[in-house]
Amino acid sequence: MTASIKQTLECPVAEGEGEHYSLRMGPQHPATHGVLRVDLELDGETIIECTPQVGYLHRGFEKLAENRTYSQALILTDRLDYIAAMANNVGYCLAVERLLAISVPRRAQYIRTIVCEMSRLASHLLWLATHALDIGAMTVFLYCFREREILLDLFEELCGARLTFSYPRIGGVRQDVTTAFVDELQRFLYIFPSKIAEYETLIDTNRIWLKRTVGVGVVSGEEALSLGLTGACLRASGVDYDLRKHQPYDAYDQVEFEVPLGSDGDIYARYRCRMEEMHQSVRIIQQCLDQLPPGPIIGPDAPDLLMPNKASARMEADSSRYGTGLIRLIRDRNCYLEGEIYVATEVPKGELGFYFISDGSSRPYRMHIRSPSFIHIGALAAIAKGEMVADLIANIGSLDVVLGESDR
Amino acid sequence: MEPMAIADCLRAQFPGEILHTQTFQGQTAVLIRPGRVVEILRWLRDTPDLRMNHLRSLCGVDNARRKDTSVSPFEVVYHLTSIPLRHEIRIRAQVAGEDPCIDSVVGLWTGANWLERETYDLMGIRFNGHPDLRRILLPEDWQGHPLRKEYPLKGREEWAGMTELLDRVKELDRFGFDPAAHPRPQVGPKPEKQP
Repeated sequence: MTASIKQTLECPVAEGEGEHYSLRMGPQHPATHGVLRVDLELDGETIIECTPQVGYLHRGFEKLAENRTYSQALILTDRLDYIAAMANNVGYCLAVERLLAISVPRRAQYIRTIVCEMSRLASHLLWLATHALDIGAMTVFLYCFREREILLDLFEELCGARLTFSYPRIGGVRQDVTTAFVDELQRFLYIFPSKIAEYETLIDTNRIWLKRTVGVGVVSGEEALSLGLTGACLRASGVDYDLRKHQPYDAYDQVEFEVPLGSDGDIYARYRCRMEEMHQSVRIIQQCLDQLPPGPIIGPDAPDLLMPNKASARMEADSSRYGTGLIRLIRDRNCYLEGEIYVATEVPKGELGFYFISDGSSRPYRMHIRSPSFIHIGALAAIAKGEMVADLIANIGSLDVVLGESDR
Repeated sequence: MEPMAIADCLRAQFPGEILHTQTFQGQTAVLIRPGRVVEILRWLRDTPDLRMNHLRSLCGVDNARRKDTSVSPFEVVYHLTSIPLRHEIRIRAQVAGEDPCIDSVVGLWTGANWLERETYDLMGIRFNGHPDLRRILLPEDWQGHPLRKEYPLKGREEWAGMTELLDRVKELDRFGFDPAAHPRPQVGPKPEKQP
């Protein structure tokens, strides 16, 4: 035995004396899901003070959006929550449509509901995979990615992209669903519930999983409201707040689904809520596919937009004025209303709100994004205080944060 | 409750504080004086008929480039909603231009902490009574507040921290990694076996 090991073993532990130290976790820590840094003050393994630091991914979207037309700023929303970019696109489009009083055809509404729920599945699958991996359940990771791959392939079939879609448009969607897409989606819906059962077999009654999650990171209903938590984190604490039911948008008032509620407010309750939500998403997509009405996919008054079928005529008209090859965006159209609007949608992470002020020009005067991840990370300090440092990992995972959305 | 009815309740309760109300696309905004903002929001939260228990968002607005010149230089906008009663309202509080500041609502909603820090960071509005008012998204030594209208979209110079970092890299490069000093076996095709 070397001297240093001997010394360590024989080192007496002082009674009643704490072992205070600071630890910087991140921004390159694998369990912080991106570039989150948490400054910790520890007493042994107990967290005394926990200060999350964000901003590593700040790109100034709100400032950028003020300098772009409404349809140009759409692509910025892809880069918010890149796990479920489609849901952000839809939220943005809904807000602009309400601000500029633009109508959306029913078929487009149904397609949007389908893609929103698909992105919810994709997001929850990634959450489950990484959350379980953080806690130590390795197997679930690959199982989840297997199904997520099918969803990404479906998105690719629909719009050609797998990560940043920009598929919904102000006033509708970009292109119609194909038969192949509907058939593949139907096949996926048929097999997916049995896959959820597979994940549950792996972890639902796993003793280690239960020890790591039950009774850890408890947030009461009032506390969650005060902290501003939304989405599954709020519902796991027993507060019934789901914008799909509260302020239905798109086709959510046409379909039947339940909002799963928890009561304990711990990590396990949040896990159960999200698992149930996946079942409900399958139900919603199935009903949308069954009811999918025929008709146009883009409204007649959609601004700043070139549909493929109209493009040739517009290009001709524009080229006679501005030269060939230049497609002019309608920048000076006087269809913009003056006013302000706040529209929120239920994205997989929680409540994503867009607040617009329009002064009648073609660019927003002010755009503010209420991002759920930002507020959830802000709540981390209150949730993790007094818990073990190992449970901090589980807490970050269960809050389901994406730093791209938090930092904007 | 209808949004206009909520605005009328507010007007009855705080007659001197409400400047005007405005409805657009079914959403009502109430413009208030900043002095008693915490009191007004507390009343909205705690009154049994209103129970606005969820602070949806909080943000600052710079009115410098508005067409309407009668507005105050800055505004802080609160979106409140009631989860049990399912109604919502928008409160816009006027903020003065010289040293913009307003009372903090962290005492009402703990979650407002980060939202107010964000508003301070990007818009430069200070919140009196905030427990920890620091920059949040930008580095501590950042100059200016980007969401103000006078702030340029494209910066004129590099952030000081970045130039420091680049200088440091250059300095360390002098003692840098010299590939010749650490020879590595070259990776290539395996030598063919001689028969």
